[in-house]
Amino acid sequence: MGSNKDIELIKDGKRIDGRDFDELREIKIKAGVLKRADGSAYLEWGKNKVMAAVYGPREMHPRHAQETTKAVVRARYNMAAFSVPDRKRPGPDRRSIEISKLISEALEKVVFTEKYPRSVIDVFVEVLQASAGTRCCGLTAASVALADAGIPMSDLVASCASGKIEGQVVLDLGKNEDNYGQADLPIGYIPRSDELCLLQMDGNLSEDEYEEAMDMSIEACKEIYEIQKEALREKYSTELQAEKLNEEEM
Amino acid sequence: MSDEETKREILLPGDEIKQEGLKPGKGVFKKDGKIYAAKLGVKTIKKGYVNVAAQSGRYDPQKGDKVIGTVTDLDASYWTVDVNAPFPAVLHVNDVPWRVDYGDTASYIEVGDALLVKITDVDEQKRMQITIDEEGLRKLDVGQIVEIPPSQVPRIIGRGGSMISMLKKYTGCKIFVGQNGRIWIDGDLEGQYLAIKAINMIEENAQALGLTEAVKNYLKEETGKDFDE
Repeated sequence: MGSNKDIELIKDGKRIDGRDFDELREIKIKAGVLKRADGSAYLEWGKNKVMAAVYGPREMHPRHAQETTKAVVRARYNMAAFSVPDRKRPGPDRRSIEISKLISEALEKVVFTEKYPRSVIDVFVEVLQASAGTRCCGLTAASVALADAGIPMSDLVASCASGKIEGQVVLDLGKNEDNYGQADLPIGYIPRSDELCLLQMDGNLSEDEYEEAMDMSIEACKEIYEIQKEALREKYSTELQAEKLNEEEM
Repeated sequence: MSDEETKREILLPGDEIKQEGLKPGKGVFKKDGKIYAAKLGVKTIKKGYVNVAAQSGRYDPQKGDKVIGTVTDLDASYWTVDVNAPFPAVLHVNDVPWRVDYGDTASYIEVGDALLVKITDVDEQKRMQITIDEEGLRKLDVGQIVEIPPSQVPRIIGRGGSMISMLKKYTGCKIFVGQNGRIWIDGDLEGQYLAIKAINMIEENAQALGLTEAVKNYLKEETGKDFDE
């Protein structure tokens, strides 16, 4: 975390982008945006733009990676070369391998993997534009895409980060807050069972600050959960209404 | 049907199904005495069981399904058949209507052949057994195959088979809809062409209002026939 305090992050009780301490950036999700994939979702979260696609369950290659009793959830997080101000060198790096692993493990917690032994569920997360908190964006979009793909799962995963800037605990760090703040705490939350499936921390928080940050994030995740569900309903309810009418005719 | 299947509503994974006295069926899971939807789909109630019928996703093979497969590989005593499932199915020489000598599989069914088969068993590892040795099952030598998403198969068939019988009547084609989303069509070329156009229309407008009527009007217009009179 940057100790470099050349930028004022809090002014008159408001944050640098005018938000309150416990305010999320604007989130928009659209389900089922790609025709070729079994399921997909597009998410805009502040200035972040993320696309997620799901393929499968399908045969696992390489075969030695198959699990005889369950499916493997294999996520791949990738940042587009044009997603950041300086060109990002394409291909997997230390950071994207880490995020791929953590998204895979978070999603595996909700998917009923035992229903598809020996197979793989591929999840692709492409970051088109990055502006802090892309791992949360990726996880949130991926779980919508999984539901869109008709994968059996116990719940959706909502994800959000909170952190500390200038000694103040705040929700959903923006670009500058992430770079010049003191701590960042992304979580993945399963609302139905009130469980966590992702927890990371960068920087330092006291015990009290940690509790405060957690409470903030969980509340925000519940909000995000509703946006996710709304996105899925929007796609499928129109189809359903029509289907009902068709049946009445028949 | 009204007593078995009453209200339809869309459910998302993790949605609780608040209904007393029902047993968990397909597409749902039970936790702490409550029933939840396990996938995105429509709630249906049948014989005291509550199910969630998927609205999207890949084909999930079920015992007893009749599907269309293509042969991808063969060995001395079995063929490997792709039925659009996560894994290929195995067709053993015992499950064909001919007596096939060991090593003589290629003279009966070759790689690339299309088959109308029935799934006789799916084990817990999702390994499938299929058969072609039953009435109505056969090698598909003529016609063509089109593919649609498996979740749209009920729409092509229609309530009580209304849509599919209409397609057959107007196009004069033989049509078989496999549960795996593959449709076999045979007949004169014009009829086949029309059937494919109609299927595409159903696929693209699955959510449109008055689809059956629209398809019927389209078929009437194209063929100049009218079976309503």
